[in-house]
Amino acid sequence: MSEKPRRPVPKATPETQHFWDGCNQGKIILQRCKDTGKAYFPPRPFSPYTGSRNVETFEASGKGVLWSYIISHRDHPNFDMPAPYAIAVVKLDEGVQMMTNIVDCDQTPDALQLDMPVQVTFKRLTDDINLPLFKPAS
Amino acid sequence: MKPGSVAVVGAAETTELGKLPHMSNIQLHADAALNAMADCGLKPEDIDGIATARENPIEIAHYLGIKPRYVDGTSVGGCSFMIHVRHAVAAIESGMADTILITHGESGRSQVGMTPRGVNMAMLDGQFQLPYGTTNPPSMFTIPVLRYLKTYNVPIEKVANVSVVQREWAAFHERATFRDPLTVDDVMNARMIAWPFSILMCCLVTDGGGALILTSAERAKDFPTKPVYVLGAGEAGEHTMVSQMSDFTSSQAFRIAGENVWKSSGLKHSDVDHLMIYDAFAHLPIYGLEDLGFCGRGEGGDFIWEGNTRPGGKLPLNTNGGGLSYMHSGMYGMYALQESIRQMRGTSPAQVQGAKTSLCHGVGGMFSASGSIMFSNEAP
Repeated sequence: MSEKPRRPVPKATPETQHFWDGCNQGKIILQRCKDTGKAYFPPRPFSPYTGSRNVETFEASGKGVLWSYIISHRDHPNFDMPAPYAIAVVKLDEGVQMMTNIVDCDQTPDALQLDMPVQVTFKRLTDDINLPLFKPAS
Repeated sequence: MKPGSVAVVGAAETTELGKLPHMSNIQLHADAALNAMADCGLKPEDIDGIATARENPIEIAHYLGIKPRYVDGTSVGGCSFMIHVRHAVAAIESGMADTILITHGESGRSQVGMTPRGVNMAMLDGQFQLPYGTTNPPSMFTIPVLRYLKTYNVPIEKVANVSVVQREWAAFHERATFRDPLTVDDVMNARMIAWPFSILMCCLVTDGGGALILTSAERAKDFPTKPVYVLGAGEAGEHTMVSQMSDFTSSQAFRIAGENVWKSSGLKHSDVDHLMIYDAFAHLPIYGLEDLGFCGRGEGGDFIWEGNTRPGGKLPLNTNGGGLSYMHSGMYGMYALQESIRQMRGTSPAQVQGAKTSLCHGVGGMFSASGSIMFSNEAP
């Protein structure tokens, strides 16, 4: 990559590597507790519902809804979206919440309506990190 | 814990609050601690337990010349000091220490000698929040609010009004940073920080400190100050990333800390004469009123709008003006505790006449943690 990433760049750990590997292939890989059938996030090799290590990974739909957000009016020293930009939390169809930005969309209260359907898209930051973002579902 | 077994005998803030570039972070701890010791006639040699947050409590103890046999470094944000009070009660009841000093000092505005906050992009926050442009608390603590407003069909003006009412209380306090009256329009039209939050819905950033000294209720009778008894306490935590808060309309940490403070004190809502709810942002008193059970879901904003918490109202709330108007150094919980103690001693510039009980409820991080203390100026 010749272009310098203009965001803080995540660094994977052994327990989250599968998630970032999935992002590199354009997929959201979540984990599921096999005892309860419930998905969870962020990644860890055990179930936060039961404490059991009986878990599996699966490819999520990449679809969800805009759950809540703010529009930050402060400039960020290392960020590719100029202020004002929205910092959002989406609720995926699988039930988990993720922080994200909503792209391909005006960063205004009118354009950003709670519960509007969103779908995942990705922004490549480095050879290793392909950051999941969300956009209004088409 | 046994209600009333332990009392606060010493309490003080730093000599000055505000912008204090002439004092370092550790000296703010010491200034508050020396003031609290002077308040109740103790010397460092009389203290055998130390608690503080963010700083190493040993560093504070050594700086003050204290030889602790009890150390509490619980550091979960601005409610850590409420949690220190709860732990101190258990420690004194069990004989682990006799006289415990809790200190807070923070050069939040001037940043003189502050412990650095590290960022590690391999931590969960580094992987799953920081890449999305979060910076300081206004960019995170406010995120759940739109979901709350939509769920209960509450207009944002009800949140803005929290700042207006608290400014009425701040007017009583010469030490408050902001004392001039505000209107809802003033708050709504102020500079936008994190829509829908204007700067007047966000806390101050100042320098200061505070300290408390606790001992057994039995020993408290021999002190020159009026004892303020701990009747009950709760603490809790949920998450450290606001994106993972399980319910954006209600804090699990608030609810659990609240359940414990009610259960341990044996008091009911109608017994509470005075209330403090840590207000880093204007929505927190609304969540607090609902999660502590003073109001139904979605009704906290109306409760404040109707005047129940303002001067002369039936439930005086944040009578120092809160983090929105009085001061906020970063970990505000100590200043909420100080106002509860003043109210119980009958010495607040905004004194609630005849108040016998005060509930002091704190938040840590971005709805991450909570600590809650029930005080009384009467032994149970």
